[in-house]
Amino acid sequence: MDAPPVVEVADLRKTYGEKKAVDGVSFAVRPGEIFGILGPNGAGKTTTVECLAGLRQADGGRVRVLGVDTQDDPAAVRDFLAIQLQESQQHEKITVEEALRTYASFYENPADIDRLIDLLDLGEKRRTQFGRLSGGQKQRLSIALALVGNPQVAILDELTTGLDPAARRSTWELVERVRASGVTILLVTHFMEEAERLCDRLVIIDQGRVVAAGTPAELIDGLDDARTVRLRPRPGEAERTVAALTGAGPEVYAVTAVDGVVEVRGSRRVLFDVVPALAAADVVPDDVATVTRTLEDVFLAVTGRTYDPEAEGSRPGDLEGARR
Amino acid sequence: MTAATSTPATTARRTSSGWRGFPTLLRTETQVWLRDFAGVFFGLIFPTVLLVGVGLVIPGMREPVQDAPPSSPWYGLTPVAMYVPPVLASALATAALTVMPPTFGALREKGVLRRLATTPMRPQGLVAVHYLINLVATVAAAVLAVVVGALVFDITAPRQLGVVLLSFVLGLACLFALGTLLAARVERAQTASAIAMPIYFPLLLLAGMWTPGPIMPEALRVVGKFTPLGAASQALSVGWFESGFPLVQVVVMIAWSAILFPLGIRLFRWT
Repeated sequence: MDAPPVVEVADLRKTYGEKKAVDGVSFAVRPGEIFGILGPNGAGKTTTVECLAGLRQADGGRVRVLGVDTQDDPAAVRDFLAIQLQESQQHEKITVEEALRTYASFYENPADIDRLIDLLDLGEKRRTQFGRLSGGQKQRLSIALALVGNPQVAILDELTTGLDPAARRSTWELVERVRASGVTILLVTHFMEEAERLCDRLVIIDQGRVVAAGTPAELIDGLDDARTVRLRPRPGEAERTVAALTGAGPEVYAVTAVDGVVEVRGSRRVLFDVVPALAAADVVPDDVATVTRTLEDVFLAVTGRTYDPEAEGSRPGDLEGARR
Repeated sequence: MTAATSTPATTARRTSSGWRGFPTLLRTETQVWLRDFAGVFFGLIFPTVLLVGVGLVIPGMREPVQDAPPSSPWYGLTPVAMYVPPVLASALATAALTVMPPTFGALREKGVLRRLATTPMRPQGLVAVHYLINLVATVAAAVLAVVVGALVFDITAPRQLGVVLLSFVLGLACLFALGTLLAARVERAQTASAIAMPIYFPLLLLAGMWTPGPIMPEALRVVGKFTPLGAASQALSVGWFESGFPLVQVVVMIAWSAILFPLGIRLFRWT
């Protein structure tokens, strides 16, 4: 991958009054990848992409899109860089097709509207007014409007916020289809699951700084070697289970029981000590699971805090998307 | 979407001006504007409804005035004819003050201006589109009211057409300047209406909406002369029924435009 980066951000800084919204952020996006900017609300993600698009004046650092300094000359990339802005709407009475045709007319090389309508499954809604679309349909229109100029780079900001899980999943598939058509995607999100599922590479931003960078697998593999096994003993057997596992072997570090669920923390080989200990005590739990490690664990490891996507202000639509 | 996607860095270049697609934008926004009941009713039809309604409903509006001295400009006119300048004033004020500011409030509320800033079209294009639509609507509303009024009632032709046209154009300038100021900052459609209405109705009062022509009390007339809409209404009235030139009113309208337009433009916010 020696192709020059499509997007380059170096030591970007932006301060609002006393608050350092973006405090030295750097990353580079390669052609054709889905690159994630992940972090809780208020971490500085949106400010970063707004500086990137030339919508906001940065206080320091450098941003380049397709080789152009967008702080100096934002107009030079508008034909090639698309932005799906968080909370951007249309007039209630404009139809899907009218909005697409109007936006298409602004670009030198617009996409084929009919193909775009097909790609986004908006065929049945093409003559429907914006105000009568569902949340998911509005979001799909918003993505379609971002793609209508045939961009080389598309920035998608919180595109599944407020969607129900089914609509969220179909939007993810759509993003993958868009990437497959050759568009480089910069995905801004506060959903760990979304970033893990979609991004080739990502940066995790917290309080205006990049706290981790890499592929999702690299980040998770880079965690310490501790593993956790979670057991659900049969009713009344929790104490016996804890007793059987405590000190069961050198790979077991700690055993805890909360609300009838027993957690065993240990080394990578902890399972090898757990199973024989259970067998020796003849305890058969109802359920055994090794706890999957996610980007949330990465966030905890690098910030020392549990990931709380709503750290700054909350949005009602997000609740069902929070990880269990 | 597969075309021209794999050659970054080199293809980005300065493209043509930010007005590509302006005709399409104008057409779409006009269609959408026409779909909105409030815009069409208040911006286009309201002055006509007002003139016809008042002329038909209020008794005596169609009887020529006999109790004024025969030398008075009002002698022999129908009261409904005297109502024409206030009705034209209402046309001048309605789109500029009650349609345009909420439109800009809604554009900001929905992030449309900001969204447009990310495309090659400049948000100024959308602002221009809405000025055009509302200006055309205002002129159309005024013409419609006069034509329908002339068909339904006995309304004399203007005595000084040039003064009438000049007054109307200056009225457009200063009411749209006031509308620009009201539209400059509002972040929501509802806020815009809440701010515009307490200005709109007193201006209509001072323009003679409730006391047309000679029945306006002298105090109201003096105050009205120095307001944008009162000056427009009085200047129109002089041009339509009297002789002489409404110099004070013309200067007042020019002054308001010269103050309000630059102020509105300076305060204008895109987000």
